[in-house]
Amino acid sequence: MAEIRNYTINFGPQHPSAHGVLRLVLELDGEVVERADPHIGLLHRGTEKLAETRTWIQSVPYMDRLDYVSMMCNEHAYCMAIERLLGIEVPIRAQYIRVMFDEVTRILNHLLGIGTHALDIGAMTMVLYTFREREDLMDVYEAVSGARMHAAYYRPGGVYRDLPDRMPQYEVNKFKNANTVRQLNESRQGSMLDFLEDFTNRFNGYCDDYETLLTDNRIWKQRTVGIGVVTPEQAKAWGFTGVMLRGSGVAWDLRKKQPYEVYDQVDFDVPVGKTGDCYDRYLVRMEEMRQSNRIIKQCIDWLRKNPGPVIADNHKVAPPPRERMKANMEELIHHFKLFTEGMHVPAGEVYAAVEHPKGEFGVYAVSDGANKPYRLKMRAPGFAHLAAMDEIARGHMIADVVAIIGTMDVVFGEIDR
Amino acid sequence: MSPKLERLSQALQEVLGDKLRSIVVDRGEVTIDVAPEDYLGVAQSLRDHADLCFEELIDVSGLDYSTYGNGAWGGKRFAVAVHLLSVAKNWRLRVKVFAADDDFPVLESVVGVWPSANWYERETFDLYGIMFSGHPDLRRILTDYGFVGHPFRKDFPVTGYVEMRYDAEQGRVVYQPVTVEPRENTPRIVREENYGDVGHG
Repeated sequence: MAEIRNYTINFGPQHPSAHGVLRLVLELDGEVVERADPHIGLLHRGTEKLAETRTWIQSVPYMDRLDYVSMMCNEHAYCMAIERLLGIEVPIRAQYIRVMFDEVTRILNHLLGIGTHALDIGAMTMVLYTFREREDLMDVYEAVSGARMHAAYYRPGGVYRDLPDRMPQYEVNKFKNANTVRQLNESRQGSMLDFLEDFTNRFNGYCDDYETLLTDNRIWKQRTVGIGVVTPEQAKAWGFTGVMLRGSGVAWDLRKKQPYEVYDQVDFDVPVGKTGDCYDRYLVRMEEMRQSNRIIKQCIDWLRKNPGPVIADNHKVAPPPRERMKANMEELIHHFKLFTEGMHVPAGEVYAAVEHPKGEFGVYAVSDGANKPYRLKMRAPGFAHLAAMDEIARGHMIADVVAIIGTMDVVFGEIDR
Repeated sequence: MSPKLERLSQALQEVLGDKLRSIVVDRGEVTIDVAPEDYLGVAQSLRDHADLCFEELIDVSGLDYSTYGNGAWGGKRFAVAVHLLSVAKNWRLRVKVFAADDDFPVLESVVGVWPSANWYERETFDLYGIMFSGHPDLRRILTDYGFVGHPFRKDFPVTGYVEMRYDAEQGRVVYQPVTVEPRENTPRIVREENYGDVGHG
């Protein structure tokens, strides 16, 4: 009897390890992938077109919704593009705040990336631990911006406001009694910086816990070592950036190579992989979290000692402080014009890239001098990574496809835009 | 201009010679403009020449200049801006190519030079309708299956032409003309230079 061995299957868009809305059409020979054809665009919202119909500042919240696990890094690239077009300087304190929150975001992203990657390939416990730590960092987001995820905290010219003096505290309710609340609030007695410092002191211990769970875990290694190997030449040809490139042994990090803000003032190392498989990329992500922790500590020290303005003084770009706006006619006019007509950005084009947790996130902005962008193109790292899915997955077993999706750390908010 | 950009623009002029239509250094970035017929050859030498080494293609972006500066644009309508990065030399470059025909824009595909161009060109085709000859698999990528039109063109309305809803009678999803009214909250304005400056007006 003839044996039928070829299948074409749909992986996703409802599959839990498809990380959102990836529809992957897999052509299989038995259990071996012969061709993988990712169908994307199920989350396409036309952000770039929408941005053409909004003023420059109205598009800041759209940026949060691109890669919705590293919100502030997206805003960062967008604000940097506008600042370069305008040619304005960001106050030094705002630069330190941005660097600090970029690194908080990197930890947030890697915690989710590693947690869900482990969850996808069978280590359920990881995601429970990493989400516990994410909660603390989300609280930091909330303390500065009022929102746990979609912060809209970075603004052209600086950041929306200075760091708060007090950290919000838990209150007793029917789920949490007075004892629990007291324990939860122990680290929240001081300012936001105190809370974040307490977190950074604890965080290395948490990383050690994760490593205990995964790094030498036999099953984890069986699922990741030698899976999804990318050579440095392939990585460059496919346009890889970030961890996907560093995992293959190319020491390329925009924070070191093309430093922006105050990355040249802080001390950190760039971890690089050797073999370019999923396991190496996992190790790189773990070490990056520890390095981010180091950067955050340095920023906290600096921010404690150096008060100052956090947004540019140019009221054609950044709104005046509220008290001055209420007392001064000139400032009131600025405020009104800025929030109705918006700022006018000189004609020209610029490409601003940041080292996003997933790779190089760039914003290509074209202005014709109007109060809205003429064209805005987001360069999402995940788009290039997923494009190489076919060639990476070919020849692997179907279960390894899950490991490869996990290691690419794809998020459809940014890929589909 | 920093010494590095100076070196880059000199190398570009030496390697590309008269294939270079223009070279602009603005805000710390180098932009070159090449003719569509030279595009593929230029791409090849940008990647392979030892003085340039652009081994990574970072981004391909379509552009529709039809309403630029409220109609002040005199050139061709469609262009593609390619962003390149050299890991070895640590520099970036933007290559702009304008398609010769406004009604049926065609450019050569650079998938053979940089494989990462594959999806970026599919995206540009999908959103702007710019064709890439020599592309191995020029399908739509971001829009719906069976989508009609190229949504990022300036003459395509933000609301689109069709909307989708579930029809209880037919028991399936149907497409119908949009019922949303187009609206503009903030008008688009291009002000004269130094508008609002102190001492002006």
